[in-house]
Amino acid sequence: MGTKIKKSIVYAALIILAISCILPFVLMMVNATRSGSEIMASFTFKPGTSLEENWVTVSGYFDLFKGFWNSLVVAVPATLLTAYFSGLTAFALGVYKFKGSNFIFGVIVIFMMIPGQLGLLGFYNLVRALGLIDSYIPLIIPAIAAPGTVFFLRQYVKSVLSPSLLEAARIDGASEIRIFHQIVLPIMSPGIATMAIGAFIGNWNSYLVPLILLNSPDKFTLPVMIASLNASQDVASNQGAIYLAVAISVIPVMIFFCFCSRYIISGISAGGVKE
Amino acid sequence: MGKKKDYNRMGYLFVLPFVIVFLIFSVYPVLRTLYLSFTDYKGYGTENFVGMANYIRVINDKFFWQALWNTIKIWSVNIVLQIGLAFILTLIFSDIKYRFRGLSVFRAIFYLPNLIAATSVSFLFKTLLDWRFGTFNQMLMEAGLIDMPINWLGATTTAPIVIAVIGAWMWFGNSFIVLMAGVQGISTEYFEAAAIDGAGRWAVFKNITIPLLKPILIYISITSLIGGLQMFDLPFLMSGGVDGAPSGSLQTVVMYLYKFGFVTNQVGYAAAIAYVLFLIILVISILQLKVFNKKED
Repeated sequence: MGTKIKKSIVYAALIILAISCILPFVLMMVNATRSGSEIMASFTFKPGTSLEENWVTVSGYFDLFKGFWNSLVVAVPATLLTAYFSGLTAFALGVYKFKGSNFIFGVIVIFMMIPGQLGLLGFYNLVRALGLIDSYIPLIIPAIAAPGTVFFLRQYVKSVLSPSLLEAARIDGASEIRIFHQIVLPIMSPGIATMAIGAFIGNWNSYLVPLILLNSPDKFTLPVMIASLNASQDVASNQGAIYLAVAISVIPVMIFFCFCSRYIISGISAGGVKE
Repeated sequence: MGKKKDYNRMGYLFVLPFVIVFLIFSVYPVLRTLYLSFTDYKGYGTENFVGMANYIRVINDKFFWQALWNTIKIWSVNIVLQIGLAFILTLIFSDIKYRFRGLSVFRAIFYLPNLIAATSVSFLFKTLLDWRFGTFNQMLMEAGLIDMPINWLGATTTAPIVIAVIGAWMWFGNSFIVLMAGVQGISTEYFEAAAIDGAGRWAVFKNITIPLLKPILIYISITSLIGGLQMFDLPFLMSGGVDGAPSGSLQTVVMYLYKFGFVTNQVGYAAAIAYVLFLIILVISILQLKVFNKKED
C-alpha cells in the first residue's frame, strides 16, 4: 500500500518536472498567435487569432527564411566535413601504426580540455589577416579538425573494425582509400551519425563565433539574427511577434529531435562513459 | 614485409587534412592569443611588446575579479541545481526496488531544453519574465503566490539566480543522461550480488552506485566547470549587453573579455584575461580531481 503511494508521489514529481521542460515552449507557441495587448492583459493556453499580424511584424524586423538558409549553408557543410574527416583521421590513428600517431592523439586529448575562449582572439586575428571576415569559410573549414569527435571515433573504429577484414580487402587488391570508403566508412557509420547529429546541433546553435565574424545582416545565421532583436526592444507592443520569431527558430529543432532523439541520447551516453 | 610498411605510411596521408586545419585554426590561435597577451595590440596597427604589463593589470583589475566572482556565483548555483537534479533522477530510475518506468520518454523530455539555441532560450525567458508584461508574473499573481510583479531580471539579487536556474533547466537533462548511462554501464551482477546479500537500497546506492559513478561525476563536474566559467550566451543576451546589467551583476569573465577584445579594442589586455581565466580553470580542475581522489581513501 505504502509503496503505491510513494511511487505515485515520485511519478507526480517527474511529471511536474517534465511539464516544466515543456511549458515555456507551449506558452511560446500560444503567445505566438496572440497580439501584444492580449499577452499583456493575461495569460491563457487558448491560441489567439493574431498569428498573421505577428508574422507581418516579424517580417518587418528581418528575413527569417534567409537566416534559416544561412544557418543551413553553414551547419550542413561543417557537419559533413566533421563527419568525413573525423572518420578518416580516427581510422588512421586507430588502425595504422606510424611514428607520431601517439603524439597527435596526445595533442588531441589536450585540446579537448582547453577552453574554447583561449583561442578566440587569436582566431579572430587570424581570420582578419586572411581577409575572411564576414565570410562563411572560417565557420565551415575549421570543422575538418574536431578533436572530440576524433577522440570518440578512434575508440569506436578500434572496437567495430576487425583487422582480418582489412587484410582480406588488401589481398583483393583494394587501395587503402578505397578500403576506407567502401568498407570502413559503412562500418563506422552508426558512430559517425551519432557524432554528426551532435555536431549539427552545435553548429546550428552556435552564437559567439558567428557573432564576432559576421557583419552584414543578410549573412546572419539564425541565432545571430534572433539576438539582433535586442535592438528592437518594443516588448510592450510586439511581444507576440517576438514569441513568433523565437518559435520559428525553435520548432524545426524540435521536429528534428522527434526523429533523432534516440541517436542523440546514445551519443551523449557514449561520450560520458568513454571518459 | 615491405608492403606492410606502405600500408602504415598511408596513415600520414589520412591524418594530413586534420593536422593542417588543426594547426591553423586551433593550435595557432591559442599560441597567437598567448603572444598577444604580452603586447599592447589594439586590433589594428602594430603591436608593441609590453612584457607582463597586461597580466599585472588583470591581477589589479577589480572589475575582472568582480566578473570572476559573478561567474562563480552563477556557476555554483547552477551546478548544484543541475547535478543535484540529475543525481536525484538517476537515483529514482536506478532504484532496484521500485523500478520506475518511462525512462526513455522522460529522458527525451528532460533533454529537450538542451537542443534549443541559447539565443532563443534567452529571448523566450526574457519575454516570459518581463517585469510588467511577462506571462510568468501573470501566472504567479493569478495563482495568488505574489501580490506585486517581481522584477526578476532587474534586481541584482534575483538576476544571477534566474540565469543559474535557466542554465540548470537547460542542462540538467544532459547530466542526467550521462549519469544514467553510467549506472546502466554498471554490471547487473553487482546489484544481484547485493540483493542476495540482503543489502538495503541505501547500502547499494552508497557502496555500489556512487563509487562506480565516481569517474563520471568527475567528468561531469570538470566539463561543467570548463563550460560554466566560460558562460557567455545566456548572461550576455539576458542582460542585453557586455556590461551585464543590472549593475554589472551578470557580467561574466568571457563577457568582460569580449568587451576588451571586440568592443573597446584592447586586444592585448583581453588576451591576458583569456590566459588568466585558463589558469584559474586549470587550477580548479586539478583541485577537483584531488578532492575526488581523496574521498577514496
